Amino acid sequence: MSERTVQGLAAIAAMFARARNEQRAAFLPFFTVGFPTYETSLDVLTALAELDVDGFEIGIPFSDPLADGAVIQEATQVALNNGTTVKKCLQAVRELRARGVRQPILLFSYLNPILAYGLERMVEDAHAAGADGFIIPDLPPEEGSALDAACARAQMALVYFVAPTSSPERIALASQHATGFIYVVSITGVTGARTELPPDLLAFIQRVRSGTSKPLVLGFGISTPEHARQMNGLVDGFIVASALIRLGKEGVEPVRALAASLRAALASQEKNEQGGG
Amino acid sequence: MYIPTQITTVPDARGYFGEFGGRFVPETLMPALDELTAAYREAMADAAFQARLQELQQTYVGRPTPITYARRLSEHLGGAQIYLKREDLAHTGAHKINNALGQALLAQRMGKKRVIAETGAGQHGVASATAAALLGLECHVYMGSVDIARQQPNVFRMKLLGSNVIPVESGSKTLKDAINEAIRDWVTNVRTTFYLLGSALGPHPYPMMVRDFQSVIGMEARQQIQELAGRLPDVCVACVGGGSNAIGLFHAFRDDEQVELVGVEAGGHGLDSGEHAARFADPNIGRPGVLHGTRSFVMQNEDGQIMNTHSVSAGLDYPSVGPEHAYLRQNERAFYVAATDVEALAAFQTLCKLEGIIPALESAHAVAEALKRAPQMPKNSIMLVNLSGRGDKDLDTVIRELGARNDSK
Repeated sequence: MSERTVQGLAAIAAMFARARNEQRAAFLPFFTVGFPTYETSLDVLTALAELDVDGFEIGIPFSDPLADGAVIQEATQVALNNGTTVKKCLQAVRELRARGVRQPILLFSYLNPILAYGLERMVEDAHAAGADGFIIPDLPPEEGSALDAACARAQMALVYFVAPTSSPERIALASQHATGFIYVVSITGVTGARTELPPDLLAFIQRVRSGTSKPLVLGFGISTPEHARQMNGLVDGFIVASALIRLGKEGVEPVRALAASLRAALASQEKNEQGGG
Repeated sequence: MYIPTQITTVPDARGYFGEFGGRFVPETLMPALDELTAAYREAMADAAFQARLQELQQTYVGRPTPITYARRLSEHLGGAQIYLKREDLAHTGAHKINNALGQALLAQRMGKKRVIAETGAGQHGVASATAAALLGLECHVYMGSVDIARQQPNVFRMKLLGSNVIPVESGSKTLKDAINEAIRDWVTNVRTTFYLLGSALGPHPYPMMVRDFQSVIGMEARQQIQELAGRLPDVCVACVGGGSNAIGLFHAFRDDEQVELVGVEAGGHGLDSGEHAARFADPNIGRPGVLHGTRSFVMQNEDGQIMNTHSVSAGLDYPSVGPEHAYLRQNERAFYVAATDVEALAAFQTLCKLEGIIPALESAHAVAEALKRAPQMPKNSIMLVNLSGRGDKDLDTVIRELGARNDSK
């Protein structure tokens, strides 16, 4: 793995630049800290880093994850029962950096744990730990001004969402406020693996593209190598969460195997690189 | 008379009551909340909608509900003269129907044929199922499995009324989790579905809309008490879970500065036990935070995780509270106290024996505060207590609780 020379928005921009250069979408796996145990979650993330995935969305567990389906709800509960706290999640980022993980790391959290920790302090401590941005599913741009400012000062990303229900005005609003990228929710629904991507996805992505020039990262429902292949040329990146979490109960290897197949599916259009190192 | 303008005009356009309220939901729902706000404002400005709502309130709900002078209770306590606003006499046995009918009419007006609701005690579920049956809407009610076990009669009622009751097994399996699950349903089916939220909480416009639909309680009571007692009350008392019956009573009195407004939270096993739902009582546990789309007081641990609550009354067993209550408390326009399970059960029995009224366990918390407060007030003072619901649904719980207490003696 190469040295991590830039952080925050610059690291995320470099991630997209590299994927674009390789004519593929960036792959950002999601995993919950503390699931099924703290150590295993770190081992999973380290193993995925060695597969040369492009970035990470790392989940801070919350007791009431109302945008999540059953798989992530359960993982969240397991993580909380293990004593996973916000501090422990920041420690996880520090440990991943110490292990040589160089990819951008975005922290996924519902708003309340961040409020309880303190917005400003959270941004400072996350930055110091080596995180690059935040994804907060219950924070629309209208409510984000305090965190917008804190992230801007730290040059960290604050990702906002667009959904199939978003109007052109709301796509413009997300574009105006989002830094790093825009998270495109593929379907109206909660997180969870689905066998088919929605049939109107292309038209939806085109609608979003016409309203923003920011990178688009697709999430919700992406679970197979075939889905991953379809991401090339469609979006700038994609997130896989429930499909990986579902395998996490059985330890590192099944998660690694699925992620490897997703990563390989993207590589068809690029030169066969020597991974790892 | 001085009228604090900000109290009469809240919420603002973004749904804020001072620093409380707002809209903290996934993006998927934001357009639906805009659509709902616009449809609600149009409906409220439409005389035909208002007339239809009023007609149903009179001919279907049985409004106005009376106020009853509690003569024997007042004599027994030897202080303030106590009047009861009888929401227990509204159709379906609680104030919840006021809001359910208003929102169901709005759903119909918006062309949404599927409604979803959450319920704790089951009263909002029954009210939603009733309104859906009346208006021919498909209705699904999310209810925690713990609440299903302790509110069986209401589960059966909802099914009789043609609704689908969906047990919620996640988290604490009570009202909080039922709301999570209803929101997940709404995110998934937002284009076809109206979320009929039962209390004055959640993202804007719900706290405003639910308050407005419930404000009929206070508007009637304010007029009735002047007719019956000749003047405004000195104090209004109501129980506060999410806080819809309380805000419905308080709203009409908000500018009457001489009228003290008192909300009663669930003290559960006692404030020292940690097992309660008194969000305002302990600043280490109840702090401003965001839950279910709104910023208000939330019972949480130091890491921002929502705490499990306890109350003998399912309808008060909720870790957050409507944002307008947080605002009224901050402005010292309303005051909040707690009644324990034991105090509520004692008040339940007292009202049964002295007035021939079986109150809901939720409402018994308001009665418990009356039992404490009235003896300390002069005999010519007036207390108005909101009897938000009837207690038939709670008989199993009361039999069990009283049995357990007698056994342990």
